[in-house]
Formats: sequence, C-alpha cells, structure tokens
Amino acid sequence: MSTTVPVVERVLSANDAVAAEVRARLDGLGIYCVNLMASPGAGKTSLIERTVAALKGEIPIGMINGDTSAAAFDAERGQTAGAAAVHVNTGGKCHLEASMVRDALALLPLERIRLLLVENVGNLVCPMSWKLGAHANVLISSVAEGDDKPYKYPKMYAGVDVLVLNKIDLLPHVDFDRGRFLRGVEALNAGLRSFELSCRTGEGLEAWLEWLREQTRRAR
Amino acid sequence: MHELAITQAMLDVVLKHAGGARVRKVNVTVGEWTGYVGESIELFWQELARGTAAEGARLEFRFEPALLRCRACGERFPVDGSGLECPRCGSLGGEPAGGQDCTVDSIEVEGGEGP
Repeated sequence: MSTTVPVVERVLSANDAVAAEVRARLDGLGIYCVNLMASPGAGKTSLIERTVAALKGEIPIGMINGDTSAAAFDAERGQTAGAAAVHVNTGGKCHLEASMVRDALALLPLERIRLLLVENVGNLVCPMSWKLGAHANVLISSVAEGDDKPYKYPKMYAGVDVLVLNKIDLLPHVDFDRGRFLRGVEALNAGLRSFELSCRTGEGLEAWLEWLREQTRRAR
Repeated sequence: MHELAITQAMLDVVLKHAGGARVRKVNVTVGEWTGYVGESIELFWQELARGTAAEGARLEFRFEPALLRCRACGERFPVDGSGLECPRCGSLGGEPAGGQDCTVDSIEVEGGEGP
C-alpha cells in the first residue's frame, strides 16, 4: 500500500526564502548589494580591489568572499584595499547560498556599510541557481576565456543583470571575436547593461564605478 | 560535486512533505537550464538519504528541455549550444521559456489506500 502525496515545490524554495530575508535586511539598512559571479581567474578579486581602492573615500564598503576552502587570500586582498571583509568557507560547495550570506552579515559592521560586494565562488554553473538576496547579479567575463562562453553557459548569461567584460587590454593578443561574444549576450539577454574594462590598466573602469555610485545613492 | 547541495535541498523538501512516512518514490522535474545531471543527483541521493525516511526511495526524473521564446515570432526552440537563432524565422535569441526550474512534483509514501 502506498499513497501519492502531491508536492510541487521548487527544490530551492528554502534558499529563496532566506534570500528574500537577506534582501529585506539590506533594504532596511539602505545597503546596495551586488553578487559578483565569474569563472575562476576572470578577475573577481581584481575588480573588487580596483573598486574598493577607487571608492573607499566616498562609500563605506563591505565584502563577503566565498571560497571552497579556508584560504582567505581574496578576503585579505579586499581588506588590504580598504573594505570590511568576511571570508566564507563553503566547505567544498561550488557556490554561495543565501544562508551563508545571512550568517556573514552578522560579522560585518552593517551600520557603517553602504555598498556590499559579494564575491561568489568561481563557477559559471551553480551560483546562478542560488539566489543570495543581492540587488544585482553581476557576471564578470574576460576576453582570455574566449568568445564562446554565452553559448556554453546560456543560463548564466540569460539570468544576470549586469555584465563586466574584463581584460580588454589583452584583445590584441587573444583570439576573441568581440562580435560573436556580444551576439551571444544579446541573444540571451537583450539590452543587458555591460561594461568593458581592464582591471590591469584601469581603462573603462570609471563607467562601472559611476554605475555603482548611482545604485548606492538610490538605495539610501 | 555540483549536484550535492541541490540533492540535499531536494531531500529536505521530500522529508518535509513525507511527514515521517517511509518514502518509496520521488517524482522530480529537472529543467535543463539548471545544468543538473540526473546520474549525479542519484549518486548523492543514495548517500544523503541513508538513515532517513527516504532511504532507498527511487527517483523518477522528468527532464524539461531548456527553451527560448523567439522575440520576433514567438516560436519556442531549444538552446542546444550552437547558434541561438530561431529555427522558424532566423531571428537572434529570445527569452528563457521553460526548463528553468527543478521541482519535487510528488512523492509516494508507504501506507494509505493506494497499490
């Protein structure tokens, strides 16, 4: 004898509920939060370093850094640049979850922070499934990864709110067809807000910073 | 490794709805936008469900293809990693339309009126 019990529940509904909690908390505090996602080596930490160094005099910044191990190099780099940083060891998980962000918030001086940068685990598949409560999901891509990434990771490109294309200083040295890349992006996410920049040279960085300033102002 | 956390979340949903009853079967829908692999979920399931009311429960998957809806003509077509053009009118891309979620649809538990 058996009985069928109807369920129809999204597997990640519990995570989504915590993400909504995190968002409400941030909104109550007037903190603007971005979730930075990328493959390993695309420049998440470099972009954070550049951003913190440029904005620290005007916007108090907090940072949550997710890593699959206890190695806290990235959080230290953020701290050195001038952000209040918390390192989250995901214990091998290849993405951050909303509960990890909720718990990390307790370790940050939230009353002083206006902008929260969350550095997700380097991975183009899983982080997109797990909402964190951030106001914007940002994908950092780099020309060194190749122009085929929108075609290979369509869910990531379709789901993000902002795209940063990093390492544009390398364009003369790599076989990156910018047209093919942007065509894939446009196919999956028409009109996506995009910034093309180089964390190494600083080219194009100002537009990104100005966007963050504007979002942070509006969150207050 | 990617499916470990999602399988745990799946088990949590199943045990919540089972209300302590022994679970025989779990009907799951996996949208292909998620990128989850059935075999990996099965593997983690056996480990994670051990010692719970869902130990030994069979997973029945229904896979939904990842689809885009053409912005020009409305045709729904699969994302197969090639060109992202609508096969009907040739326009570029579209909005994600179907195959984005992973849900537990129903579970079969021991006891009650059924077979």
